[in-house]
Amino acid sequence: MKTSSLRKTLGLSAAALAMGCGAALADADDNLVVNGEIEMVTQTEAPEHVEYLSTIRSGWTYRSDETQQFQMDDFDNPAMIFVDEARASWNTAEGSEGKSCASCHGTPEESMKGLRAVMPKWNEEAGEVWTLEKYVNDCRENRMGADAWGWTSTPMRNMTALISVPSRGMPVNVAIDGPARETWERGKELYYTRTGQLELSCANCHEDNHDNFIRADHLSQGQINGFPTYRLKNARLNSIHGRFKGCVRDTRAETFSPGSDDFVALQLYVASRGNGLSVEAPAVRN
Amino acid sequence: MAKGVRPRVKVPGSASAGDVITIKTLISHPMESGQRKDSDGNVIPRSIINRFVCDFNGENVIDVTMEPAISTNPYFEFQAMVPEGGEFKFTWYDDDGSVYEEAKSISVG
Repeated sequence: MKTSSLRKTLGLSAAALAMGCGAALADADDNLVVNGEIEMVTQTEAPEHVEYLSTIRSGWTYRSDETQQFQMDDFDNPAMIFVDEARASWNTAEGSEGKSCASCHGTPEESMKGLRAVMPKWNEEAGEVWTLEKYVNDCRENRMGADAWGWTSTPMRNMTALISVPSRGMPVNVAIDGPARETWERGKELYYTRTGQLELSCANCHEDNHDNFIRADHLSQGQINGFPTYRLKNARLNSIHGRFKGCVRDTRAETFSPGSDDFVALQLYVASRGNGLSVEAPAVRN
Repeated sequence: MAKGVRPRVKVPGSASAGDVITIKTLISHPMESGQRKDSDGNVIPRSIINRFVCDFNGENVIDVTMEPAISTNPYFEFQAMVPEGGEFKFTWYDDDGSVYEEAKSISVG
């Protein structure tokens, strides 16, 4: 009871602060159109299951004009260099079966459209929630006879970015009912659990204080519709779990491992908080 | 020998005679400066793109000498006036002797 009323108070003061300095920041009402043709929804009404936000905003709306522009043209978007690399590996046969991704799936444009928008999702056969990384490694190990890629390895980050490209502009629509519900509940619990010496939960920054500054960093809502995302900070693509790990580490906690059930659950929950925003991956952030 | 080198160029497909157009080029390349050392303390040899040239119908548009301080994946954006239709030819010269080429046609109508 006490925490929930505190959360509401914090939320209110955050809104007041945001109004005070909104003009100096990147404009939340800017429109994101990529290549002059893919129109993105960067701001929309929050889905019903997001209790403490009325509007959900893409991380793009929190960035400076210069960073925003990077994402508006595929030539300027540095992530596309890595997508090109993944395209080469998509067409390269590997493993004992002598198959490449292309042998079964043709081009990503024809076979992967819409996939990123519903990820992660329940896999009936496996009886658990699967992410893109799990599907890629399943193909590599069981159909290609190749070695699995590390969850946050370079080829994996690049490949998940390539698979996301055909879904750009489509609304995120992650299923949270049915068999995935249990995992989603677990993810929600993690989202609101304080960790580390600083005793911060995801919600403390990304729900209560989004649009405020944490020292020099402009806090976003922590939406993952743009992941894997190119960060100016390390000049490469960053995976969802890699980002989660960095965030939990910054609370000075021992983190969960990328690929762990905990992070998969958190990914499902965080993805569902972005239901309605467009898939932007690969996005550009700082 | 630099690996995964891939040139990318963006030139508008058409323009009017005398138009000034914007050309964007990027080549993925590590641009190893020759100043860094590996974990054993050995100098990593310099390996950069040292020259970039753009020609239009055989006439030179831009010719750049590139130095080791230039970052990974060098990007050039410049403007050119197109008097007639033709072909832009782009050439990058690597320290290791490799030459990477790319060409884009533009029609004037």
